[in-house]
Amino acid sequence: MIINILGLLLIGLIVWWFWLYKPTDVSANEGAITVTVEDGTYQPSRIKLPAGQPATIQFLRKDASPCAALVLFSDFDISEELPLNQYKSITLPAMSSGEYAFNCQMQMYRGTVIVE
Amino acid sequence: MNHSTHDRHENHTAHCEHDKNSSAAPMTQELIIEGAGCASCIGKIEKALTETPGVVNAEMNFALRTVSVTGTTQTAVLIRAVENAGYNAKSSSGQAEEDLLEEKEQADWDYYKRLMRDMTIALALGVPLMAYSVFVGEMTVTTNNERLVWLVVGLLTLGVMVFSGKHFYVGAWKSFVNHSANMDTLIALGTGTAWLYSMVVVFFPYAVPEMARHVYFEATAMIIGLINLGLALEIKARGRTSEAIKRLIGLQPKTARVIRDDKEVDIAIEQVLLNDHVRVRPGEKISVDGVVLEGHTSIDESMLTGEPMPVEKAKGDEVVAGTINKSGSIVFKATRVGKDTALAQIINMVKRAQNSKPPIGRLADVIAAYFVPAIMIISVISALTWLNFGPDPAIAFAIVSATTVLIIACPCALGLATPMSVMVGVGKAAEAGVLIRNGEALQTASKITAMILDKTGTITLGSPKVTNIHLVHASNEDEVLELAASLEAGSEHPLALSIVESAVERGLTPGKIEKFAAIAGHGVEGEVAGKQLLFGNQKLMHDKNIAVTDVVDVAQQMASEAKTPMYFAIDGQLAAIIAVADPIKEDSISAIKRLQDNGIRVVMLTGDNRATAKAVSEKVGITEFFAEVLPEEKAQKVAELQMQNEIVGMTGDGINDAPALALANVGFAIGTGTDVAIESADITLMRGSLHGLADAVAVSKATLRNIKQNLVGAFIYNVAGVPFAAGVMYPFFGLLLSPVIAGAAMAFSSLTVVSNANRLRFFKAQEH
Repeated sequence: MIINILGLLLIGLIVWWFWLYKPTDVSANEGAITVTVEDGTYQPSRIKLPAGQPATIQFLRKDASPCAALVLFSDFDISEELPLNQYKSITLPAMSSGEYAFNCQMQMYRGTVIVE
Repeated sequence: MNHSTHDRHENHTAHCEHDKNSSAAPMTQELIIEGAGCASCIGKIEKALTETPGVVNAEMNFALRTVSVTGTTQTAVLIRAVENAGYNAKSSSGQAEEDLLEEKEQADWDYYKRLMRDMTIALALGVPLMAYSVFVGEMTVTTNNERLVWLVVGLLTLGVMVFSGKHFYVGAWKSFVNHSANMDTLIALGTGTAWLYSMVVVFFPYAVPEMARHVYFEATAMIIGLINLGLALEIKARGRTSEAIKRLIGLQPKTARVIRDDKEVDIAIEQVLLNDHVRVRPGEKISVDGVVLEGHTSIDESMLTGEPMPVEKAKGDEVVAGTINKSGSIVFKATRVGKDTALAQIINMVKRAQNSKPPIGRLADVIAAYFVPAIMIISVISALTWLNFGPDPAIAFAIVSATTVLIIACPCALGLATPMSVMVGVGKAAEAGVLIRNGEALQTASKITAMILDKTGTITLGSPKVTNIHLVHASNEDEVLELAASLEAGSEHPLALSIVESAVERGLTPGKIEKFAAIAGHGVEGEVAGKQLLFGNQKLMHDKNIAVTDVVDVAQQMASEAKTPMYFAIDGQLAAIIAVADPIKEDSISAIKRLQDNGIRVVMLTGDNRATAKAVSEKVGITEFFAEVLPEEKAQKVAELQMQNEIVGMTGDGINDAPALALANVGFAIGTGTDVAIESADITLMRGSLHGLADAVAVSKATLRNIKQNLVGAFIYNVAGVPFAAGVMYPFFGLLLSPVIAGAAMAFSSLTVVSNANRLRFFKAQEH
C-alpha cells in the first residue's frame, strides 16, 4: 500500500517538476547574454529580452555531443551551427511580447526566450 | 610593436580602398580579437577601426574579446586595420567555411575516440559479467563470500559508471535541476536503478525476498558500453550525411592570384578585395565572382549548375567562384568576394535548408518534448503493476521492468528521424543543381499535383530568332530585313531584338530611323530613307488599310509551326511576313514527360497568341495551356489551379514572375547558369534545363519517403518497445525483456535512423 502511495507521489512529482513548474530563474536583460551549452543543457535556459528590438545572444558550446551542434529558433526560422568551444552570436529580430522556444534538433536541449 | 609605421601603412591602404567599399549598405559584423591582454587595448582597437574609412562605429566587448563594427567596410580591410594596430583578428562569422568544417570534424573525431574508449572500458567489465550470467548461472547473493565478490564487482561497476558514463549522469543532473529531461536522464535513471538495487542486495540481502536477491551489475556496465558504442557509430554515420555540403565547401579555392601594382601575387582568398584584378590560368579554379576583363576561355560550371557542357567566356562575361577554368588564361575583375559570392550564398542556403525542418517533423518534435517525463511515469506505473500483481519475486520483476522501460525508450530516434533525411535530401538536390530553400518547400514539392511552366525562357530558350522571311511585294530578303531592322532598332520589344540581331548576323547595317512611333500592342511605324515603314500584327495592317487577305494562310501556317508571324509594309504595301520563333530547349520534351510520368498535370502559360501557344504545347507534349496571359495575370492562373484543389508548382525566371512564384505552393526560379535569383523562390534551379524540375520533385519525393520510414520506424519502435519492456508479454508468454537487450536496442535505434537517411545518398534522379 505504502509503495503504491509512494509511486503515485513520484508520478505527481515528475508531472510537477518537469511540466508544471515554471522556473523563475531568468537572466537579466542587460549587456551581452551568453548561453553556455553544456552537459545537455542551455544555461541559462530562460532569457528575458525587451520587446520591439533586435537582440543578440552569444552561444558558447562546451558540449562535444553532436546533438549540441545546432541551435534552432523555429519561430524565426533560425538554425545555426555552434562551433565547439567558441562563441557564436545569434541575432534575433525585433520580437513582440511572448515566449519563444529555442532547442537542439532533437528537442532535448531546450530553452525559452521571454520577450516583455 | 612599431605603431608609427603601422599607422602610416594603415592610413595608406585604408585610403586606397575607400572608393571600393563605399557603395555597400552599412552592416554590423563581428571580429574576434586575439592578443588583447589589457583593458587599454580596447581604446586602441576601437580607434584603429573607427579611423578606417567606411566604419561608422566600433565597439569592443573585452570580456568576450570581440568587437562589433558597423559600416560599409569589407572584413579583410577591418582585419588589416586591427593587425596594423598590433593585434590579431578574425571574423567571427566569416571564418573560412573549410576551417570551420575541419574544426568540426576534428571535434567529432575527438568525441568519437572518447566514446570508443568509454565503450571499451564498460564492455570490458560488462561482457565477462554477461557471459557469466548466461553460461555459469544466476548472479544471486546467498553466501557471505558471494556478497564480498559482488561487492567488488559492484565497485568496479561504479568505476565504469564514473569513468565511462560520467557524461550521462552529469547531463541528467544538470537537466534535472533545469526542470528538463533528456536521453541522459533515461540512461542515468535506468543504469542507476539497476546498480542501486544490486548494491542494496549486496549490503542488505535480507531486506529483499530470497528469490529476488539478484544483482544486475552486468546490465549497468553493458548498457553504458552499448550506448557509448551507439553514439560513436552515430557520429560516424552523421559525418556522411554532410558529404554534399563538404563537396560544395571544397570547391572554394584557398588562394587567388591578383594583380597589384602591376605585379601578380598569390594571396589568401579572404584578402581579395572588390575590384581586384584576378588572373586565372588553365586548370585553375575561379577564386571569387567577377567579370572577365581580358582573354577568353571555356569554364566548367558543372559543380554548381549540374550542366555538363563547359561555358564559353569572353570579355564582359561573368565568372563564378568555385568553377574551373578549362582552356584559356583570363583576367577578371572581382565583383563579389567573401560571403557575397554565389558559391558562399549557395553554401549558406544549403546549410540553412539542411537544418530546417519540414512540417512533417513537427509532431515528432512535440512528442519528443514530452517524451522523457512520460517514459519515467510509465516506468513507475510498470513497477507498481509488477509489485501489486506480479508473481514472486515481485520486487525483482518491478526493478527489471522499470529499468528496461527507461532504457528502451529512445526519443533521439524520433528527434533524428526528420532532420537527418532533410540533411541528406537537400544536399543531394544541391548536387543536381537544385537549391531548396527550406524543409517546408521540400515537403510541398513532394506533393505537387500541377506544374505551371512559363513558355518563354522556361520551355524555350528565351532568345527568339528570325526563321522565315516570306516576300510578298518585294524581291530581296536582305533589303527587307535591313529596313525592318532599321525600324525595330528603336523598339524595346524582345521580338524586335531578334530582327536586329538577324540583320547584323547577315552583315547588314540598319539605317537611321525617323518619326518612330510604337503603337502599343500592335507594332511600330517610322520612316527610313524616305520610305514609310509599318511593322506589326494583322490588326495593325487592317487599321492602316493594308491588304493582307492573300497571305493570311501563310501567316497561319507559320503560327501553327510555333512561330510568331509579323507583317511588314513599305509605303502602304505589304512587303513581307517575317516569322520569329523561340527555339524549344533540347531537353524540354523529355523533362516534361518525366513530370507527367510522375502524375503531375503540366500546364503551359504564355503571353503569346493562341496559335503559337498551341503549336509549342503540342510540340512538347502539353495538352493544357493559357495563352495571351498578361504578366500581371500569371498569379491569377496559379490561383485558378489552386481553386481546383491542385498543389501548384510555378516555374518562372524569378524576376517578373515574383507574385505568381509567391502565390504558388512551390515557386521554382529557373536560373540560367549561376545568375540566379536565389532569394526569390522556394526552389532555385541552377541550370536552365527543365530536368532540374523533375529532379527537384524526384528528390523531394524520395526524401519525404525516407522521413516517413524513419518516423514510422521510430514510432513503432517506441510504441511497441516500451510496453514490451514493461512486461505486457509476460502474462501470455512468460517473456520479459532483459535490460541489456533494451540497451542495445536503444543504442542502435538512432543509428538505424541515421543509416536509413544515409541510404538517400545513393538516390539517383531518373536518367535523362
